[in-house]
Amino acid sequence: MELHKLTIHELRDLLKKREVSAVDATRKVLERIDSVDDTIQAFITVDHNKALKQAEEADKLLQSGEGGELCGVPLSIKDVLCTKGIRTTCGSRILETFVPPYDATVVDKLNKSGAVTVGKVAMDEFAMGSTSENCAYRIPKNPWNPEYISGGSSGGSAASVAADECIASLGTDTGGSIRQPASHCGVVGMKPTYGRVSRYGLVAFASSLDQIGPITKDVRDCALLMNVISGYDPKDSTSVKRDVPDYSAALSKGLKGLKIGIPKEYFIQGLDAEVEKAVFNGIDILKEAGAETVEISLPHNDYCVAVYYMIAPAEASSNLARYDGVKYGYRDSSGESLQEMYRNTRSKGFGDEVKRRIVIGTYALSSGYYDAYYKKASQVRTLITEDFSKAYEKCDVIVSPVTPTPAWPIGEKIDDPLSMYLSDILTISANLAGIPGMSVPCGFSSKGLPIGLQFQAAHFQEEKLITTAFNLEQHLDLSPKRPEGL
Amino acid sequence: MEFETVIGLEVHAQLKTKSKIFCGCSTAFGAPPNTNTCELCLGMPGVLPVLNKKVVEYSMKMALATNCRINKMNRFARKNYFYPDLPKGYQISQFELPIAEHGWVDINVEEQHKRIGITRIHMEEDAGKLIHDEHEPYSYVDLNRTGVPLMEIVSEPDIRSPEEASAYLKKLHATLRYLDICDGNMEEGSFRCDANISLRPIGQEEFGTRTELKNMNSFRNVQRALEYEVRRQRDILLDGGEVVQETLLWDANKNITNSMRGKEEAHDYRYFPDPDLIPIVIYDDWIEDMRNTLPELPDQKRVRFEEELGLPGYDAEVLTASREFADYFEEALKHYPQAKKLSNWMMTELMREIKGEPSAVQSCLVTPENLGALLTMIDKGTISGKIAKTVFTEMMETGKDADTIVKDKGLVQMSDEGELLDIVKEIIAANPEQAADFKGGKTKLMGFFVGQLMQKTKGKANPKLANELFSKELNK
Ligand SMILES: [Zn+2]
Repeated sequence: MELHKLTIHELRDLLKKREVSAVDATRKVLERIDSVDDTIQAFITVDHNKALKQAEEADKLLQSGEGGELCGVPLSIKDVLCTKGIRTTCGSRILETFVPPYDATVVDKLNKSGAVTVGKVAMDEFAMGSTSENCAYRIPKNPWNPEYISGGSSGGSAASVAADECIASLGTDTGGSIRQPASHCGVVGMKPTYGRVSRYGLVAFASSLDQIGPITKDVRDCALLMNVISGYDPKDSTSVKRDVPDYSAALSKGLKGLKIGIPKEYFIQGLDAEVEKAVFNGIDILKEAGAETVEISLPHNDYCVAVYYMIAPAEASSNLARYDGVKYGYRDSSGESLQEMYRNTRSKGFGDEVKRRIVIGTYALSSGYYDAYYKKASQVRTLITEDFSKAYEKCDVIVSPVTPTPAWPIGEKIDDPLSMYLSDILTISANLAGIPGMSVPCGFSSKGLPIGLQFQAAHFQEEKLITTAFNLEQHLDLSPKRPEGL
Repeated sequence: MEFETVIGLEVHAQLKTKSKIFCGCSTAFGAPPNTNTCELCLGMPGVLPVLNKKVVEYSMKMALATNCRINKMNRFARKNYFYPDLPKGYQISQFELPIAEHGWVDINVEEQHKRIGITRIHMEEDAGKLIHDEHEPYSYVDLNRTGVPLMEIVSEPDIRSPEEASAYLKKLHATLRYLDICDGNMEEGSFRCDANISLRPIGQEEFGTRTELKNMNSFRNVQRALEYEVRRQRDILLDGGEVVQETLLWDANKNITNSMRGKEEAHDYRYFPDPDLIPIVIYDDWIEDMRNTLPELPDQKRVRFEEELGLPGYDAEVLTASREFADYFEEALKHYPQAKKLSNWMMTELMREIKGEPSAVQSCLVTPENLGALLTMIDKGTISGKIAKTVFTEMMETGKDADTIVKDKGLVQMSDEGELLDIVKEIIAANPEQAADFKGGKTKLMGFFVGQLMQKTKGKANPKLANELFSKELNK
């Protein structure tokens, strides 16, 4: 049986019935990685031994009737989440040798549920990018067409799920980094509410925007993973003390009475015609299934990109100061002085995009510029958040494309940072407002590349996203589900 | 031209919480390098700070004790700079919204009361320590101190002399010790002080150019460094020169200040709110709870000592300047309820034994109870005041109580009239000339006779009785 092609819930059912073992499933997934990852390039680190050991432990639990929903399920993890004893590079040379002595809280939760970690997947360096081309080690390819980008920054996560190199993955989303690659790779991705999932052990890019979330083969799996990773963590002061609902229960709800908001600002110039068509087809299906639509407005949406590219680099410039060659990771000691050691280490250890954002962020926080840039951006961020609060008085879920276009060929925008930044225009606002967002496949372009549809809801309304997305998935019944011929 | 000195002080007080400000590591001083550290102390990727509530409470106590207004919404900010003792590349501090502002303390210099304004109090984390080895081409980093909680107390530029600066520092120090939130050890660096100082012609409103003084690790050094800097700046200004705005390090061996040029210049710390920590919200109830835990503070105690115990202002000031000294006094008073006599003894004999360092009283071997007993022995005439001093010295050295020492050494005062009378007669008989002179009106010779008696009795004779007996016998 092609166990690697299963979803979490399919594999879980077989594991619980003991029709297959966790070791079987893990072996299959590792074989799959061995056979396709030369093409897909999703994994930075694969730890066969550790994965099989975890699988053996999972089998013991399953044998004794214990083990949670994820017990024995092979997952990939974005290389920005700390894994005890497994190197965590953040896609950067500067952390090439860094092996964390601790697990991120989410990794700890996965381990406790009995999940198997098959490896760490590629990403834009420090999660800065929209294509994963800024990874210092490898560029994950789009499994639907390896000439194309997988998206970013969680490109490795989305590609590994779409290519069946794992059953599901964890990614992180600072400005769309889960939703956008999920959309480009034809899988499901959710960025939860800020504070829903602990950030402890997530190597910070922009602390006030970062959030961990699932990338899965279907909506049911998304709910399953959310059940495991959500919740308050005393180690993260920004995580929120709030009960975690059973997200799977939201799957069985209908759409009757659900109001779907269509923001006029999101259907913008530059929106690809095929994307627009696929999205409106999705909206029609939701209407047929009982949802109502209502036009809404997010008047400050135009400022999102500008605000984001002040706040995120500002926080990053400070968050990345710790990579100085003193304590761990890469050090260049060719210079004579401390200053030279800093300069050489950081010049050689960081890639261009990271350095670009450190410079932007440092500038935005400089005295004399702080008020005009960082402070002003923070004020506009409040206005953007208020836009959403007002919108959610009129609707339950906001619908839009995830990205203005389907995936583009690798290399096409790498020398044009501004057009790259603009491709995030539809996903950034959820991070600025702290609200949850989700990407669900809704069609294909004429080139056969997946197109995603984005749902956003008010703070802590992930269940509404899951209900809506599950209804769309069921009624749309897209085919093929995953790329053929890999 | 006459100048007025303008001084503002920044005090860093290490708070004596058990664990650090943002992680569970111990704050204990003197552990082997890097043993009191965790992934957070080491600035590892992905770790997050969690605020120690005690740090907020200690800061609230200080804010209340110094009449500050507590900011009900305050927050942490990042101060960004690179240095190997700063593992994250930024220090978590407070900037725009500190925990408290707009306070004051009263000081007393040469019988003059003066109020010194406090601009702000904020919380922050300490940095680690670099250890340089001259014989090796590298330096070591010890991160044990990283994350030890600090409270920074910034004064208004209200201080007008090095004496006032010293009095203000001592008042803050005493307040911290009374609150039991800082151990106040300047040598170990748990109480540190930087000063901003400038001169301006008397009558001029505008401040002169200031310099910043660092590295003054005792009260004495603070005063000496400021005195030096006043002279240095005055000489420059009198010569028609200009003071350069710079940071100066006090060299306690040479008694001079040296420029730190280049090291600390023109830093842009790029402060911004720390997104890893949510704002601290302080409700009125919490403030009231903290207010209720405040002990009697130095000023309150001083007033009580004056009003209830009838002590002179000077005594009350000296006794309350350190919590340990005041506690000692109050404990001894339970055993010897004569405040003024006790105060005299403590301010002279005891203070001499502890070398003028009032807080050292906590480690002295004489218990307050034993001191009380000693003074009672004087009052009862068991020993003379003079013998008491030698007994006290021995008590300080051995920790024995007065009674034991007096008995062991046979120091009990001779108050037996018959016994003394024999010796008195002997002395008069042996010194007929002096006796004749005395009778002739040279009454000053009484000293001579009593001296002889003391010599013969090894000082044990009751001096009052001795006087009586001699005048009776000599006037016969
Ligand atoms: Zn620690």
